[in-house]
Amino acid sequence: MNPITPILNGLKITLSHLFKKPVTLQYPDERPKVAERFRGLHALKVSHNNAKCVACYLCPTVCPAKCITVEAGEDSKHDKYAAKYEIDMLRCIFCGYCVEACPVDALKMTGEFELANYHRSDFNFTKDRLLEKK
Amino acid sequence: MGIEILGLPLVYYIAMVSKVLVAFVFVLLTVAYATYAERKIIGHMQVRLGPMRVGWHGILQPIADGIKLFFKEEIIPTESTTFSFLIAPLIALIPAFLTFAVIPFGGVIEVAGYKVPLQIASYYDTASGTVIDLNVGVLYILAMASLGVYGIVLAGWASNSKYSLMGGLRASAQMISYELAAGLAIISIFMMTETLSLWKIVELQSGWGGFEWFAFKQPLAFFMFFVCSLAEINRTPFDLPEAETELVSGFCTEYSSMKYAMFFMAEYANMVTVCALSATLFLGGWNGPMAVAFPWLGPIYFIAKVYALMFFCMWIRATVPRYRYDQLMHLGWKVFLPLSLLNIVVTGVIGYFIK
Repeated sequence: MNPITPILNGLKITLSHLFKKPVTLQYPDERPKVAERFRGLHALKVSHNNAKCVACYLCPTVCPAKCITVEAGEDSKHDKYAAKYEIDMLRCIFCGYCVEACPVDALKMTGEFELANYHRSDFNFTKDRLLEKK
Repeated sequence: MGIEILGLPLVYYIAMVSKVLVAFVFVLLTVAYATYAERKIIGHMQVRLGPMRVGWHGILQPIADGIKLFFKEEIIPTESTTFSFLIAPLIALIPAFLTFAVIPFGGVIEVAGYKVPLQIASYYDTASGTVIDLNVGVLYILAMASLGVYGIVLAGWASNSKYSLMGGLRASAQMISYELAAGLAIISIFMMTETLSLWKIVELQSGWGGFEWFAFKQPLAFFMFFVCSLAEINRTPFDLPEAETELVSGFCTEYSSMKYAMFFMAEYANMVTVCALSATLFLGGWNGPMAVAFPWLGPIYFIAKVYALMFFCMWIRATVPRYRYDQLMHLGWKVFLPLSLLNIVVTGVIGYFIK
């Protein structure tokens, strides 16, 4: 086995890398561009000023990390709606099963991934924080 | 002036002190910014940026590192032998700087009517019109290189810790094996030049166009000296004694703050020294186009050659994976030592027939 040629080939490769543009992003000045279907923070979709969620309990059932808490209630038009809808982001694994499971297309995942916070209680996203921003 | 101390004029001593200061400051700055340059160069070779936050593009990083290390807590293990523990980093660091006493980094310049050669341990003899320097220069260099080993050995033993001991033992065994091959590799240079004085060796390489450089006359010796010196200063790919993944931190596990910084500096100072030596012995030292006509060009060519060799060291570090200890020993004793002996024999035979 020739011991010199692989080293020379390696030296050539690293030298060519020296002149390539580095792939590093200077966070926080440059942020990464996420894909369209990126699974970030959840958002409850709204129609006619109400969340579309009908509290069918499909999303807590399918959630692998058991992070969604739903409590049903009756609204003014005697329809079922989610009186309490909470997602614990510390448990959530961002798999997207809840979005797939929803029969009324009430849940989606946005591209927001900068979820760092100071207190443990700040990670418990209640319904008002989860409503999508229009 | 007319004042003579030990038979030499006062201007000789003033010149020597200023040369020492200049060389020392230059080596210190080079060592500090070699750490920065290494991180940047290796970063770009790995398609990423190096340090970018401290100052413009991270240029104040060495200063930040120095301040951080200065403020760290000094921990001296109670079970260690304190005196040896404290002295070991110094013994590792100082010989690297001492070697610069005999390396010529420029030609002869004229200052206030006196001719001063740009080499610390030398003076211009007006009677004979030549430069007289230490006539066993290369022997002095080999001696200094051997002294550096003591620092590592002492560090390993004095720490009184298993990791340090194994690291120190491995390091000293590696350094001794490769020192042998490196020393034998340069013997072929002496056979050609018939002198050990570094000034004369540089002078003999001053032919036109760089064709007289010993790198072209003794390519195998150049290659072997450079690689064996890399192994001697524990530099990648031969850096097993200090590899973080192998032995925690090898022989410097128990060291903290300034003493650790001194070992760190010793590695880079040794690298500067080895590159300066290779440039002097093989690449013509301060020779270059019009170096004699414009004396200030000499140091610039020398520095350019040293920096080019240092870039090569960093290039190798970014490319070659680490050698395992038995592969290292095999290379040192079974490959480089016979090759250097073969080089001496071939040089002798060819020299005999050319004469």
